[in-house]
Amino acid sequence: MGKITLKHVNKSFGDVAVIPDINLSIEDGEFVVFVGPSGCGKSTLLRLIAGLEDVTSGQIDIDGTDATYLPPAKRGLAMVFQSYALYPHMTVRKNIAFPLKMAGLPEDEQEKKVQNAARILNLTNYLDRRPGQLSGGQRQRVAIGRAIVREPAAFLFDEPLSNLDAALRVTMRQEITELHQSLKTTMIYVTHDQVEAMTMADKIVVLNAGNIEQVGSPLELYHRPANLFVAGFIGSPKMNLIAGAAAQAQGATTIGVRPEHLDITDSGPWRGVVGLTEHLGSDTFLKVTLDSGEALTVRAGGEVALRHGDRIALAPQAGKIHRFDADGKAMA
Amino acid sequence: MARAVSPRRRMFTTIAAWSVALIIFFPVLWMILTSFKTEASAVASPPELFSADWTVENYVEVWSRSDYPRFFWNSVVISLGSTLLGLAIAIPAAWAMAFVPGRRTKDLLMWMLSTKMMPAVAVMIPLYLLFLRLGLIDTRIGLVLALMLMNLPIIVWMLYTYFKEIPGEILEAARMDGASLPKEILYVLTPIALPGIASTLLLNVILAWNEAFWTIVLTTTKAAPLSAFIASFSAPQGLFYAKLSAASTLAIAPILILGWFSQKQLVRGLTFGAVK
Repeated sequence: MGKITLKHVNKSFGDVAVIPDINLSIEDGEFVVFVGPSGCGKSTLLRLIAGLEDVTSGQIDIDGTDATYLPPAKRGLAMVFQSYALYPHMTVRKNIAFPLKMAGLPEDEQEKKVQNAARILNLTNYLDRRPGQLSGGQRQRVAIGRAIVREPAAFLFDEPLSNLDAALRVTMRQEITELHQSLKTTMIYVTHDQVEAMTMADKIVVLNAGNIEQVGSPLELYHRPANLFVAGFIGSPKMNLIAGAAAQAQGATTIGVRPEHLDITDSGPWRGVVGLTEHLGSDTFLKVTLDSGEALTVRAGGEVALRHGDRIALAPQAGKIHRFDADGKAMA
Repeated sequence: MARAVSPRRRMFTTIAAWSVALIIFFPVLWMILTSFKTEASAVASPPELFSADWTVENYVEVWSRSDYPRFFWNSVVISLGSTLLGLAIAIPAAWAMAFVPGRRTKDLLMWMLSTKMMPAVAVMIPLYLLFLRLGLIDTRIGLVLALMLMNLPIIVWMLYTYFKEIPGEILEAARMDGASLPKEILYVLTPIALPGIASTLLLNVILAWNEAFWTIVLTTTKAAPLSAFIASFSAPQGLFYAKLSAASTLAIAPILILGWFSQKQLVRGLTFGAVK
């Protein structure tokens, strides 16, 4: 079991409220990603759930039990840190066995569980090495192994892939997702990378300045952002946001169109000049400056012949325009 | 990128380093040489660095006149005891300051260090009377307590510096893994900080071994360590330089040997964290 409920959770450091008031329910077995820009409070929220920080007010329930004032070890959660936080003086075997040793498990049982975790994570050949002798990916696996052996109610990941190179990040992303599918344990994952959030999550929680902006599935957030912040944050490249006459024509203060929802067509209402072009092979991203001054990003096919300085006309696809009011909230 | 050093500059640096080292070592060398001279050649004028009449007579006399092993053993017990007791108190204190700092932690550290700047003589009378009342005068336990208190600020400060280098996430991981605070310190913090703890231990053993003010003030005969052993060779008839040098050489020899073998560890510990 791993149902976690946050009720009016508040965290302040002195007079600064980092988390003003959060209510959130995480269901058993869900893969939930906290995403948001740096300083939005996502790591603090994770640390509150872990028990590494005390809440200022509010309640945290784990599997229906009030865990607000329980020490970290008594919450039945396991955490994987950004820096891996492996014990440098212990071998991989001892690192993975450490939580079992602390729980007072007999040594033969410890060894059995260590071997099992090592098999799942392809670490069997590295059990007698020290963390300093491992690559970044292997270290991250050891950190995950140390979490797995505890058989926790939920796994907490605090930006676990940020120290890895781009290629390894993709591999580890897939491994963690597969691990979730095989263990079916609740996972809470913190990242500032919205691509990680989109590819891994069952449910994304978008945070901004300590507040939840929107909770939903990746595609829900992508297709129906609740406000301008979510619209601008989710999606890569970012959604184009246009104010002024074009928005007023749609009865909104601001409108948003994703780069893939703009067609290059002679009859398009928005005219402008092509600036930068980014060729990715499968796609080409064009930076277009409209005559009205707005800069838009347009996704075109891989073999687009447009070049810097070319004039083009753009048309938003029907039904793909997001409308926002003066408060930045999405309009129906 | 490493800066290229010209051979001339390298030679100059080497000569300068050797000169400084010789100047610092000269009094020790003089003492060792004097310990093998007769009393007459030890006070000869003009002074002579090397004597024509080498003798080990001074060592024989110093050894036969006093109970060197007892002084030596007292030094070992007092310096090691005060350092280990200091470490037992300082490790949790430095842990708290490094990992759960308060608003006044830095001030507290500065205050602790400032007590080292206080002249020892300022607290001599109150401490002496206190020890007298508690029956701690001329006891090893009394000296262990006194030297531990004298060196505690340095031990805390050094450990604090080492602990600050350890990422807090490792200790948080231990907490998540179910380690209680004593287990966190025992299984995680101490092994990681071992090089720092070892150099703190070495430096404080040396400081305690060489301490001469409190060890002379607070002892008479029973608990007197080697510093008091040296002082006992200043006779009312005057100083016998050759014998005094022999006694001093015997007193510093153990710590000199310890320092020689542990110099790598000491330098590593003292520069720990200075360069990342």
